[in-house]
Amino acid sequence: MPTAGQTLRKILAQQQKDLLADWVQAQLGATTRRADLMKESELREQSREFLSLMQAAAIDSGSLTQIDGSHWSAARDFLARVSRSRAQQGFSPSETATFVLSLKQPLFTRLRGEFGQDAQGLADEVWLTTELIDRLGLFTAEIYLKSREEIIQRQQREMMELSTPVVQLWDNILALPLIGTLDSERTQVVMESLLQKIVETGASISIIDITGVPTVDTLVAQHLLKTVAAARLMGADCIISGIRPQIAQTIVHLGVNLSEVTTKASLADAFAVALKRTQAKLPQQLGNT
Amino acid sequence: MEKIPILKMGRFLLVTVQVDMHDQLALQLQDDLTARIVAARARGVLIDISSLEVVDSFIGRMISNIAAMAKVLDAETVVVGIQPAVAITLVELGLSLEGVRTALDVDRGMTLLHERLADEQR
Repeated sequence: MPTAGQTLRKILAQQQKDLLADWVQAQLGATTRRADLMKESELREQSREFLSLMQAAAIDSGSLTQIDGSHWSAARDFLARVSRSRAQQGFSPSETATFVLSLKQPLFTRLRGEFGQDAQGLADEVWLTTELIDRLGLFTAEIYLKSREEIIQRQQREMMELSTPVVQLWDNILALPLIGTLDSERTQVVMESLLQKIVETGASISIIDITGVPTVDTLVAQHLLKTVAAARLMGADCIISGIRPQIAQTIVHLGVNLSEVTTKASLADAFAVALKRTQAKLPQQLGNT
Repeated sequence: MEKIPILKMGRFLLVTVQVDMHDQLALQLQDDLTARIVAARARGVLIDISSLEVVDSFIGRMISNIAAMAKVLDAETVVVGIQPAVAITLVELGLSLEGVRTALDVDRGMTLLHERLADEQR
């Protein structure tokens, strides 16, 4: 009577080539295969590498199901790499997890061959194998999710940075074109970059253009007013421009009080007011004097 | 005991806060400044808080109060040099210093005061 895991180790060690062929075949035939995202040669290479790492780990390691041990670190790193790259390539979670899970069938077939009539031994070994493969599969799925989250977080960060440029229109005049919804986190970023720019340029007027803000509710309005108040504390007047007809209606219906702030329908109007207030000289006037 | 100096510049008073404002200091400033406005018949007060890095609600309210008191004594108050972080804090505390004029730096603050004086004399 062989000890637990011995047959599995034997199969991994001795029948690696056949196992690989069967496994690749199973993956190629599976409905979850994404021929558009991954070439057959690449898949074969990944499978081969994983199988040899798994074999090394299974033979070194005392326990077959403790995949968080140090013996499995190479196999884990490899799986993490595969999972991460698949997440970036656009594989779905199940497609990614199937990479490992599809190894079950070829392994079970071989176990059956080894044990023959010994049902007890076969059941034990199959259970062990299932546990191992499931753990590896879960690990893959976890890494997949983690790397997807990383991607989302990075994109959020990039969007945050992209969406809050402060531009200098003229001497002492800044413009802040807002695109997208204003939540409190974004308001914070917007406020900080606007105030920083006011310090850098010494601007006395800033125009906040909300043409790109899809909806203005009480919260967004409050955030806008906060920004205006903070800019005023820094000695810069604010003009809110780009108020679309529907938004003007919503603002009044919601009872938001914008009477303290100069508002203009378009950025051009706001700019004209700003030039007048700063008594800026236009290029042709500069030429004359 | 330390004191915040109040300098007289023509018809204006210049207050430069160089140390961290604690409550006692703010109260002291309130007393000193009102007394000086009356004594010097000042028409404007310029408070520079550019070296102030932390404010709390008390200090925020003190600045507001000082400005209101100066107003009663017919002196315009301009607060200058508010740091971005301080501005955000004040707004978050709900103290947007209404009724206080603000400017980016001492230079612009002085211009504001001069303009106002010129307006009145016209």
